[in-house]
Amino acid sequence: MSSSLAVSTNLNLQAHPVDEVGIRERVARLATRSIKKASKVEGLKLALSMVDLTTLEGADTPGKVRQLCTKAIHLHSGRKDLPMVAAVCVYPTMVRIAREALQGTPIQVAAVATAFPSGMNPLAVKLEDTRYAVAEGAHEIDMVISRGDFLRGDYGRVANEIEQVKEACGKAHLKVILETGELGTLDRVRLASDIAMQSGADFIKTSTGKIQPAATPEVVLVMLQAISDFYRKTGKRIGMKPAGGIANAKAALNLLIMVREVLGPAWLTPSLFRIGASKLPNDMLMQLEKERTGVYQGLDYFSND
Amino acid sequence: MTETSISTKGSNWGYAPAPESADHFKLKEQYGLFIGGKFVPAGSGKRFATINPANEKTLAQIADAGEKDVDKAVKAARTAYDKVWRKMSGRERGKYLYRIARIIQEKARELAVVESMDGGKPIRESRDVDIPLAAAHFFYHAGWADKLGYAFPGKSASPIGVAGQIIPWNFPLLMVAWKVAPALACGNTVVLKPAETTPLTALLFAEICQEAGLPDGVFNCITGAGSTGAALVKHPGLDKVAFTGSTDVGKAIQKSLAGRSTKLTLELGGKAANIIFEDAAIDQAVEGIINGIFFNQGHVCCAGSRLLVQESVEQEVVEKLKARMEHLIVGDPLDKNTDIGAINSKAQCERIRDYLKVGQDEGAELFQTKCPVPEKGYWVRPSFFTKVAQSHRIVQEEIFGPVLAIQSFRTLDEALEKANNTPYGLSGGVWTDKGAKIFKVTRGIKAGVIWANTFNKFDPSSPFGGYKESGYGREGGRHGLRPYVELS
Repeated sequence: MSSSLAVSTNLNLQAHPVDEVGIRERVARLATRSIKKASKVEGLKLALSMVDLTTLEGADTPGKVRQLCTKAIHLHSGRKDLPMVAAVCVYPTMVRIAREALQGTPIQVAAVATAFPSGMNPLAVKLEDTRYAVAEGAHEIDMVISRGDFLRGDYGRVANEIEQVKEACGKAHLKVILETGELGTLDRVRLASDIAMQSGADFIKTSTGKIQPAATPEVVLVMLQAISDFYRKTGKRIGMKPAGGIANAKAALNLLIMVREVLGPAWLTPSLFRIGASKLPNDMLMQLEKERTGVYQGLDYFSND
Repeated sequence: MTETSISTKGSNWGYAPAPESADHFKLKEQYGLFIGGKFVPAGSGKRFATINPANEKTLAQIADAGEKDVDKAVKAARTAYDKVWRKMSGRERGKYLYRIARIIQEKARELAVVESMDGGKPIRESRDVDIPLAAAHFFYHAGWADKLGYAFPGKSASPIGVAGQIIPWNFPLLMVAWKVAPALACGNTVVLKPAETTPLTALLFAEICQEAGLPDGVFNCITGAGSTGAALVKHPGLDKVAFTGSTDVGKAIQKSLAGRSTKLTLELGGKAANIIFEDAAIDQAVEGIINGIFFNQGHVCCAGSRLLVQESVEQEVVEKLKARMEHLIVGDPLDKNTDIGAINSKAQCERIRDYLKVGQDEGAELFQTKCPVPEKGYWVRPSFFTKVAQSHRIVQEEIFGPVLAIQSFRTLDEALEKANNTPYGLSGGVWTDKGAKIFKVTRGIKAGVIWANTFNKFDPSSPFGGYKESGYGREGGRHGLRPYVELS
């Protein structure tokens, strides 16, 4: 299907070479930051407030989504000092249920759209998918780029598609998923980030969670540096969302360290940094309970939702 | 966003103190000289204090060796050489070196903490760089001990005799390893003089030699200031002198050895150019600048102390460098989050501050980060100068501190000319995405080591050393064995 395919005239494809060895070394050095005690507790709470609590299964049911929404509001029974998560992320047909369940809370509802996760559909279908999710009440749209077009070198088409999805979003925020696990090199991650930001992304996001590797620290660092350069040139703050493969509390804290040292404290807010995850919060809760009580508790004491 | 009340305010979340504990070992109140396998007091009974430059507290009292002590140490080394070490097979010597390497690994944590306390370097570096590399040097040279015939094919390698070795305060234990491991592997015995501000890990190393059962007198350690070093160099019983330190002292040693058959290697100062081309991966290059000049407070002879950046990216690089530098944490060397520790000594701190003044007097523009520094102790915030000219002293002279001089260039030839326009020739760096440019630059700069798209990388198998006033002789690799053998 071919809607307007004119190459975005303003697309700037200036090369920003990325040195993989250098990226790995920087990641390793950032990982040596030692986060203890008060700093750890504060960091984990901050990270929890940035979570996009996600369920993206074909087997999702209204019941499961409602349960997830309850978790989003009350992360752990008996603890009143915990934040709510930033958003709940679901498929378009679950948006209405999530909206109802989260009524009266500041928690946002994000929907994946544009033929998530593969993006292998015509543009018109993707746009319709987006409009449907927005009409159902989604505050945020997580779209996927067409990796085929991108890898073929058809950057204009990728940019154009993002621009049109952005338009279809209306007031909803747009997160653009690069699916970095399919891009192959850090240079391409950088280029895809640049294209997404120039085409109207409010956030750039690493992965769908369906492909491995997903949000590796290397990929996150490259994307954060792209955001930093974009801000330096345009004054616009673009958000960042690593998603997929963030295994534990330490990995989450490492993400905060990266954001702090690459973009600065202005980005340490759920309005500019999100962590896409489903199982991750329980590990963070376990660490918080350990800091509170001095002992680790078994996984059975944390609700699976 | 349609209806939101999620926070848009950035958090000031930061890092709580994370000090490495120092209570798992105890330093002695005083340390003697290590001569003939035993710790003995200085003949004169004199001692000096070694202090922690981060809080100016005394760590231990150290024996101050005079001429007679030096003589005893050289004689002990000679006896061990004649009676034991030269006759021992390479395989047996190798066993001792392996044993030493393993004990260094076992005591890594203790050694790292003491290194940071005595010298001021951040624990992150002593833990991740100094101590592991020191062990690696012993492992590497242990492997050579019984294979010297392969290092010099067609020749027969035999030891030289007694080596007098004088090392600096910037990498105390690592320099012990660089000097002692090849000397011992090749069958020589050693009298080592560590720097007076950082003698502790060399003395702990002496204890390690005892624990490893190294035959008495093979390794001797005499502590003291410059006069002790001068007495060692003058001693007629030495067959070989190896010195790492300042160019001025290196020249003095060379003069004092003139007319003697004593062999000499010198590893002296540097003023390396780190060259950034416009096609480089800029963020990684900025990280390379940071590693180049702020590693170990800039107390590195091969530090990338001159930044040459192509004019089209100069502004970007400087902006990014400033932003990156504001994240450098200066403070308690034992805190695991510290990036830049204490300046090694009061004298060095004053010297660096003098240069900061000189730079400004000459008309250069100083940038320093705003990070807080402790009240007690010796500290210099990470700094750089812009608007500098080739004739400025801050471009010509080695500062040996966290101070970078930034110049721009237009063409590759101009970059090479500026890079080479220095009396030094120890190291250099080049940052570009183009392989051909790397080869052009590395061929065009006269320096012992040039890093491409990285900086300050060390490995025992890689020779290190300088050209011009940065000295001569190589340390590490097969090249590093050569100064410690006679070939026939």
